[in-house]
Amino acid sequence: MVDFGYKIAKDRQIDFDKNDRSIAQYVRKHEPTFNLCISCGTCAATCTARQFTDFSLRKYILLLRRGENKEVIENIHKCMLCGKCQLVCPMGVNTRGVIYRIMEMCI
Amino acid sequence: MKKKVIVIGGGIAGMESSAHLAALGYEVTLLEKSDKLGGHLLNWEKLFPTMRMGKDVVTFLNEGIEKGKVHVVCNANITSAIQKNNQFSVFLENNTTYLADAILVTTGYDLFDARRKEEYGYGIYNNVITSAELEGIFLNGFQIVTAEGNAPKRIGIVHCVGSRDEKTGNTYCSKVCCVTAVKQSIEIKERLPDAEVYCFYMDMRMFGMHFEALYREAQEKWGVNFIRGRLSEACENIDGSVLVKVEDTLAGKPLKMSVDLLVLMVGIEPSAGTKQVGKMLNLQFGVNRFFKTADQHTLTNVSNVKGVFFAGTCTGPKTITNTITDARAAASTIANYLSGHEIDDRIMASDIQLVALW
Repeated sequence: MVDFGYKIAKDRQIDFDKNDRSIAQYVRKHEPTFNLCISCGTCAATCTARQFTDFSLRKYILLLRRGENKEVIENIHKCMLCGKCQLVCPMGVNTRGVIYRIMEMCI
Repeated sequence: MKKKVIVIGGGIAGMESSAHLAALGYEVTLLEKSDKLGGHLLNWEKLFPTMRMGKDVVTFLNEGIEKGKVHVVCNANITSAIQKNNQFSVFLENNTTYLADAILVTTGYDLFDARRKEEYGYGIYNNVITSAELEGIFLNGFQIVTAEGNAPKRIGIVHCVGSRDEKTGNTYCSKVCCVTAVKQSIEIKERLPDAEVYCFYMDMRMFGMHFEALYREAQEKWGVNFIRGRLSEACENIDGSVLVKVEDTLAGKPLKMSVDLLVLMVGIEPSAGTKQVGKMLNLQFGVNRFFKTADQHTLTNVSNVKGVFFAGTCTGPKTITNTITDARAAASTIANYLSGHEIDDRIMASDIQLVALW
C-alpha cells in the first residue's frame, strides 16, 4: 500500500445507541451487585493478573456497561479467579460472580 | 414589655425560627411576600433521603406558627427599613409599619434559570426539562411523558446545572442536587420500570446521613446508571429525542447517547428577595452573592449590622434538615442578643481573617 503520509483514524467515540449491551444486561440480571461498581479501582489495585497484564476488572465492568465488549472478550480469561478483588471491594460487588457471568457470555 | 422580632421570609427557615422565637417569649411578626407560607417546600412532593412527604414538614412548621401565635403577614412587600437606637422600623407597600428590636432575614434562594446554560437546550428543545418541573409532575400525579406524548424509554439526568460552573458565575456546590437526582431517578423507575435512567455527574456528593444508602439503592434495586462526565452539549434528533455528548471520564472516551427526556438538575442561587433585602438593610454579600456571615465557623447567624441576623439558604445552599437546625440556632442567637449578651466579642485563639474568602 502506498504511504501517503496520513491515515484515517478509527472513531473512538462510544456510540451508545448502536452498541450491543447484551453482555452487561445478562450479568446485571444474574448478578445484581454488578450495578454497584463505582469504578474506584480497588479490585485492579489488588489484582495479581493486573501486575503482569492489562487486565482490569474496573475497566471491563465499565466497558460492558457502555457496550464496548471487544476488549473484555479478548481479556477476561486472564482472570485466575483468586477472589482477592472480592475481599477488597468497598461496595460489596460479588466480583467473582460477575467474572463468571461475563465468561459465560464470552465463550 | 415583650421584645419584638421581625422575620423576613416565610419559607422553612422563617417558619421554624418564628416558632422558636415565639416559644422563647418574643413577639414575632413573620413577613412573607407571596400569599402563603412554606416557600419552595410547597413545590416538592417527596423528600430525600427518606421519601417522606414534603407536606408533612409543612404541617409541622405550620403547627409551630399556630402554637406560638406568630403574627403572619402574607403578600408583604417591604419598601424600606430604618434603624434608630437599636430599634428597627420596617415599612410595607400598603403603608403599614412594623417595629422590632431585632430582624431575622430568611429570604432564601431561587432556582437557577436553566436557559442560561444554553448548550443544554432548555427552552429550545421540547424534551429538556428541569428537576423542578419533574417534581411538579410527581406532585400533581401526572404521567411522565415526552413532548410527543410517549412514555420515555431512556431518560438522562444532568448534575451541576448552574452549580460548580465558572461560566454561569456559580462556582459553589448547591449541595442538594446530587441526592435529588438519586431520589428522582428512583421515582422515575417506580413509575416507568422499563425505562433506563442515566445520571451524568462530576462526582457524587452523598454527604448526608442515609444519602449513600439511597445512592446504593438506586443502583442495586433500581438499576440506575451513573456516567462520570460533564455534558458538553445536547442537540435534538429528527424524532424529537435529545442527543447528548459527554466525555466518559472513567472509560477515557467521548460518548454520545440519545435520550427521550433530559432532566437538568438546577442549582441554588441567592433569591431576588435576598438581594433586595440585603441592599435595604446594608448587609454584606460574600463572593458567591449569598449573605456574608460574621464568621464562617462560629458566627453563622450574625450579620454585619447589629440586630440583624440570618437563617437558612440566604447564607448558602442547605438541605431542609440543615435549614431547620440553622433556624433554631438563629432563634437562640437572637435570644442571646436581646438578653444583652454580647454575641461577637469572644476572641478566637487565632485571629487569622478566614472570613475574607466568603
